[in-house]
Amino acid sequence: MSSSASTGTPAGNRQPTHTPAALIAFAWTFVGVPLAYGLYQTVKTASSLFGG
Amino acid sequence: MAVPAFLARERIVARPGFNRWLIPPAALAVHLCIGQAYATSVYKTALVAHFDATLTSIGIIFSIAIVMLGLSAALFGTWVDRNGPRAAMFTSAVFWVTGFLVGSLGIASEQLWLVYLGYGVIGGIGLGIGYISPVSTLIKWFPDRPGLATGMAIMGFGGGALIATPLSRQLMAFYDPDYVASGPGANVASGDAVAKLFLTFAIVYLVYMMFGAFIVRVPADGWKPDGFDPSTVKQKALVTTSSVSAANAIKTPQFWLLWIVLFCNVTAGIGILEQAAPMIQDFFRDGGSSAVAATAAAGFVGVLSLFNMAGRFVWSSTSDYIGRKPIYMVYLGVGIVLYLILATLGSSATWIFVITAAVIISFYGGGFATIPAYLRDLFGTYQVGAIHGRLLTAWSAAGVAGPLIVNGVLDMAEGEPGELVAGDYRPALFIMVGLLAIGFVANLLVKPVADKWHEPASAPTPETKEASAVR
Repeated sequence: MSSSASTGTPAGNRQPTHTPAALIAFAWTFVGVPLAYGLYQTVKTASSLFGG
Repeated sequence: MAVPAFLARERIVARPGFNRWLIPPAALAVHLCIGQAYATSVYKTALVAHFDATLTSIGIIFSIAIVMLGLSAALFGTWVDRNGPRAAMFTSAVFWVTGFLVGSLGIASEQLWLVYLGYGVIGGIGLGIGYISPVSTLIKWFPDRPGLATGMAIMGFGGGALIATPLSRQLMAFYDPDYVASGPGANVASGDAVAKLFLTFAIVYLVYMMFGAFIVRVPADGWKPDGFDPSTVKQKALVTTSSVSAANAIKTPQFWLLWIVLFCNVTAGIGILEQAAPMIQDFFRDGGSSAVAATAAAGFVGVLSLFNMAGRFVWSSTSDYIGRKPIYMVYLGVGIVLYLILATLGSSATWIFVITAAVIISFYGGGFATIPAYLRDLFGTYQVGAIHGRLLTAWSAAGVAGPLIVNGVLDMAEGEPGELVAGDYRPALFIMVGLLAIGFVANLLVKPVADKWHEPASAPTPETKEASAVR
């Protein structure tokens, strides 16, 4: 099944599409992993405020 | 200015059935990269040592970048709206990555002016275009939850600093085995390590930003989410379904009132962010020593970073339910109370200081994230990206005014930040209270935009109309 998420579509092409769930999951993971790393590191740093 | 066909807006119009939840990660891919701009302090001392320069002359690199952010967002906003998010994200990536490459060359060749030109000017242009690139697209994909959508993207800008700060330390330690980031024996990384760090960032950011550029899509004209009735939006106060062009928006009092609101909110936030670590130590100084250790002060900066990022998402999403004007009344009105608490009771207990400062910074982040949705409410979606770009000049102005106010007040005290006491900060905090009061009044004065500024009912979309009529 073709997806407009992987290829550009001319404005005139109105064929329905389906965005694969795997692509959405990959995209969120791709940005989520570095964000989780940053959050973890920052929480670790922030915890020193409460560590006495 | 025409763009290559593969970047053109008409190439990325989504077909029916496209899942809009692919758009937020596209926006995050860009904002997580450009958010690195707020992590420059991590290699600041290394550059001071490498160039044998002053802190001020290295700090200028960041200042140039922020000024260029505002200028490029204002100048290229209409171009971004006309050519669509892929062209904007692609262009932003080229500028941002080139900025790192030229900056790296400047560090390696010990030419500071190249770092100004590279990271400051070229990178700053990438910052401005990148910052506004996904905003109008997100608003169009999420007409039912514009605050949530822009909150997610602009949260990414805060998240970018959270990632880049520890990553920079780890990469500099990798490139310079003698570098010790913290603790006993802490030192500064070599210039060579910073140059290689810039090269690494250039490669990583190129991959991420291009990923965002190639998965982003714009909705077809007339598209709306399942179950969404646009007429329900119109029922809310201040919300229009009409369109106002960017050229006309800047002639309305509403635009300038929001400019004042953003300027005051950002300046007040910078009042704390600018001196966060020495400030908490100075507030709890007894004689020559502080009750707050340097490591705990660094932890406080981390807490502020978390609240800055969380505020962008939480408060902006909340504005979808309570409205944009009321949420700014909270940011500015409650902000006044919190600043007064900070100034008068802040030095009585660490927990009072930390909680009030953290909530203030969450409002600072929330102010950034909510403003695009506020603009959408007042001016419609037609050229909201370009209008947002013009409004970001308030950020640039606040970036200059905030540090000037804080540093100006502290210069009058005897000693440097890190050697002061709570009382030395009070004048600056009271100035911030005054600024927030001005912003509060400006927000109160915001009314719906007069009909004379609206585009005709059959107003063309940005992609088909290059310049709107100027009345």
